[in-house]
Amino acid sequence: MMELTLALGIGVLVGSGVWLLLRPRTYQVIIGLSLIAYGVNLFIFSMGRLRMNAAAVLSSGTNVNPADYADPVPQALVLTAIVIGFATTALFLVVLLVSRGLTGSDHVDGREPH
Amino acid sequence: MAKDTSLILMIFLPFIGSAMAAFFPSNARNAEAWLAGAVTVCGLVLASMCYPAIVAEGPVRAQIEWLPTLGLNFTLRMDGFAWLFAMLVSGIGFLVVLYARYYMSPEDPIPRFYAFFLAFMGAMLGIVLSGNLILLVVFWELTSIFSFLLIGYWYHNANARDGARMALTVTGIGGLCLLAGVLLIGHIVGSYDLDVVLASGDLIRSSDLYLPALILFLLGALTKSAQFPFHFWLPNAMAAPTPVSAYLHSATMVKAGVFLMARFWPVLAGTYEWFWIVGFAGMASLLLGAYFAIFQRDIKGLLAYSTISHLGLITLLLSLGSPLGLIAAIFHMTNHATFKASLFMAAGIIDHETGTRDMQRLGGLFRFMPFTATLAMVASAAMAGVPLLNGFLSKEMFFAEAIETHADSILDRVAPYVAVLASAFAVTYSIRFIHGVFFGKLPDDLPREPHEPPFLMRFPIQLLVLTCLVVGIVPGLTIGPFLHTAVTSVLGLATPEYSLAIWHGVTLPLLMSFLALLGGALLYLLLKNYLAHCEEGPPYFRQLKGQRIFERVMVAVSWRGARFLENRLGTRRLQPQLRLLVAVALIAAAWPLYHMSFGLAAFSWNLDDAVFSGLWAIGIFCAVGAAYQAKFHRLVALIFLGGAGLVTCTTFVWFSAPDLAVTQLLVEIVTTVLILLGLRWLPKRSEEFQTDAIRMAARLRRYRDLAIAVAAGGGMTLVAYAVMTRAAPPTIADYFLEKAYTEGGGRNVVNVILVDFRGFDTFGEITVLGIVALTVFSLFRRFRPAPDSVESPEQQRVQNATDEARPDRTAGETVSDYLLIPAVIMQWLFPVIIVLAAYLFFRGHDLPGGGFAAGVAMAAAFILQYLAAGTRWVEDRLRVLPLNWIGFGLLLAALVGMGSWLFGYPFLTSHSQYVELPLIGSIPVASAILFDLGVFSLVLGATVLMLIAFAHQSVRRLRASRIAAAEEETA
Repeated sequence: MMELTLALGIGVLVGSGVWLLLRPRTYQVIIGLSLIAYGVNLFIFSMGRLRMNAAAVLSSGTNVNPADYADPVPQALVLTAIVIGFATTALFLVVLLVSRGLTGSDHVDGREPH
Repeated sequence: MAKDTSLILMIFLPFIGSAMAAFFPSNARNAEAWLAGAVTVCGLVLASMCYPAIVAEGPVRAQIEWLPTLGLNFTLRMDGFAWLFAMLVSGIGFLVVLYARYYMSPEDPIPRFYAFFLAFMGAMLGIVLSGNLILLVVFWELTSIFSFLLIGYWYHNANARDGARMALTVTGIGGLCLLAGVLLIGHIVGSYDLDVVLASGDLIRSSDLYLPALILFLLGALTKSAQFPFHFWLPNAMAAPTPVSAYLHSATMVKAGVFLMARFWPVLAGTYEWFWIVGFAGMASLLLGAYFAIFQRDIKGLLAYSTISHLGLITLLLSLGSPLGLIAAIFHMTNHATFKASLFMAAGIIDHETGTRDMQRLGGLFRFMPFTATLAMVASAAMAGVPLLNGFLSKEMFFAEAIETHADSILDRVAPYVAVLASAFAVTYSIRFIHGVFFGKLPDDLPREPHEPPFLMRFPIQLLVLTCLVVGIVPGLTIGPFLHTAVTSVLGLATPEYSLAIWHGVTLPLLMSFLALLGGALLYLLLKNYLAHCEEGPPYFRQLKGQRIFERVMVAVSWRGARFLENRLGTRRLQPQLRLLVAVALIAAAWPLYHMSFGLAAFSWNLDDAVFSGLWAIGIFCAVGAAYQAKFHRLVALIFLGGAGLVTCTTFVWFSAPDLAVTQLLVEIVTTVLILLGLRWLPKRSEEFQTDAIRMAARLRRYRDLAIAVAAGGGMTLVAYAVMTRAAPPTIADYFLEKAYTEGGGRNVVNVILVDFRGFDTFGEITVLGIVALTVFSLFRRFRPAPDSVESPEQQRVQNATDEARPDRTAGETVSDYLLIPAVIMQWLFPVIIVLAAYLFFRGHDLPGGGFAAGVAMAAAFILQYLAAGTRWVEDRLRVLPLNWIGFGLLLAALVGMGSWLFGYPFLTSHSQYVELPLIGSIPVASAILFDLGVFSLVLGATVLMLIAFAHQSVRRLRASRIAAAEEETA
């Protein structure tokens, strides 16, 4: 059952991500968000069910039997999610750097805890 | 003209006029007055034209569909009652426009005044003419907003600001209550249509929800009409320019409340609850308003409290639940509008001519302005209820109603006495106004020499006073038929016999009238000396100020209460917020799973999956490693992150998703480069010394976070497993698979979905991508690195030091020679990657690839050049214009989308066909490929822009330090 393996993988990715999300340093949070993004992308992808060796593109244009193919809808969703995920990572990274330059601290609150 | 067109024009003309008025030059007093005058006259004419139809056929209607499925339509409806009000609103509106032309000084910003005024008038007409309850509430709120703007017109004046804010707060809260009440009524009736609601009186009164609906409804009406205990906003609203007061407090705004109560009188009135709430508010306002009015020093203050008192009279009449009471109420609404508007205008003239409104400073003005004085006297007499004037007629009807018994309660028994007492007070304050202003000793310290105002400024008062007289003498011939139409439209067949004659013989009401006149006059004689020198405010009640209570409540709610809640419940720290967010998400996901069956399949595992399991063993190791190392070893964490990304990528390949794998792989590369570029600006971190107590607290915090993380990860595992082991329900995927080739002209279904079926979504996504890139770019323009990251990295310093130490090398040589062979290979890879990107792009429609993947690949080609040769070397040789590429991509995508309009298809309809090219063979030329080119260009531009924004920081820093050094040298 590959489902179990993948489900565990998703769980560990999200769990590690959530752990990092709750950490005090901005760099930890950005790594955590990236890990969560992997987990969530895989999760959405797995909603189309796991198909090994299914055709990814149509072999002929007509008389398509949908059962022969992998579900394209979650794939389309995840594809844009990957690119948008990159954009948000970049955005967070620049906010992180500017905040660090401005406050002198890389704590998520912009100042060291007392 | 069709009747429905007239109705719609009546509503829209004021708003159109308002928009036009706003754009006139600020000194165009005459043009503004002409425009506003024309709009009000149009309203009058349009309403008049509808009158015959209303008499003959009943209400006139117009409807514009809005949300028919929800029963919400822009329905307008004018019956006799609405007609009467529409005439009042437009007619007095016209007179106020004329008056304001002379009242407003050339220094005032005139366009703003007329724009707000006309919009307010439109909103008021909207309340009157709405045929749908929700629409009515919308216009109701609009009057609150525009009255706020009008009252605060002189916003440099603190009183105006406070008064406006108070009016908005009180009437706005009332409006929200009204909305809730209307929703309840709509829920009871099942429709928001006014006709349906007016026909469902029994249903509403017998409903369980009647009392809450009634209370909410009355909160709206009573706040608007400034009835006790919400009356305090009205005197404070007197900071408005006088034309505004004349309009808001005679024919509109405050009349909206009593209008609404009369409108819904057939469905809501007649119950014990209605009688008590409305009756108490009305009686208290009637008596207290009149009493307070006597002791005001400001003329407008006197008129404001008198307005509260007269509206209390109307409210009291409405509370009785008798049809005759309703008739008297409607009659008094029109009468009050006429005499109160003229009195406010007279007060404005006095203020204008003498520079003060303080009755203790004024006196003897009759000599300077006999004409105005006479007019004001007649209007005051109408206010006091002197015979032969309109105020007398409706007051007599009121007395007749007051002595009847309606609900056999304490309110009923005191009503006649309260009525006589309040009327006597009204006589007293009317005499005070006339005597204090126009007679007596002429003061010698007036700010300026008074004289009669221009004729046209006096004209509106003249007209209104004439109306008071004519209606008062021959009511049956003048207002009679119109009043009858109005009354029958509310009461229908239940309209009782009534008579408008001025002489009914020697009756009890007549005696009461004379008692009040006599008593009031006597009271004035007694109080005369006291009033000439007393301080502001009525005796005994001076300390009890509604305004102060209101301010206290506002401070408590909006400042102390808000701060208390923020301190208790809020935090500015990110970690607790994120913890809360994750916890809420966990609970929200666990709740339904706990209540409904989970349906988890049995866990099983067999050896066939060993490779895949091994892969994920690496993936899990990487994820945990990244989490473990992210604090102290950032580079290691980044490498682990990349490992997890590669495992994800492989998983996509494993499960037949090559498109995702390609994109993931490419994005992985640029993300890693991006974070690598950022690492340089982060602080060094080493284990700090911590006391045992801190370490203990930190450990506890970590255990808690670990528990949350394990719960989140475990939950995801369970949910993912539960879904994956279930059979898939039918989805729209089948549709996309079947139509991808026949309608989208491509065999790669994922790409066809992105650029064709869901092209509009993709268009939105690339727009977001472009915005993010620009944000990154612009944030970096203001970037200042922290002091400890300004210096060159340690390796560079060491290498440069080595260079300087050796005579045969110059500084910087080692750095540039570093990794020379890979750098050369990377430079040579440039054309290769371009070809790869083009390949990915062109095959995208039929095979894995597409604009997203190609764009990121192309960006990788550029970034490799930067890595290999440095920023300056690349930019000397290549024209890198990511901003242009973003713009081009977005424009192209939009133009391709709009291109389908030329052929009469909706936005982004694509057309596809195969074209034979020499050497290359048959390639698909769908219009979607142009759209995909836009996607490609934008993704390329955005990615490159973000990457080089990071890369440029080092260059900027060097340049900045060099400039600083040069400055030091010159100094």
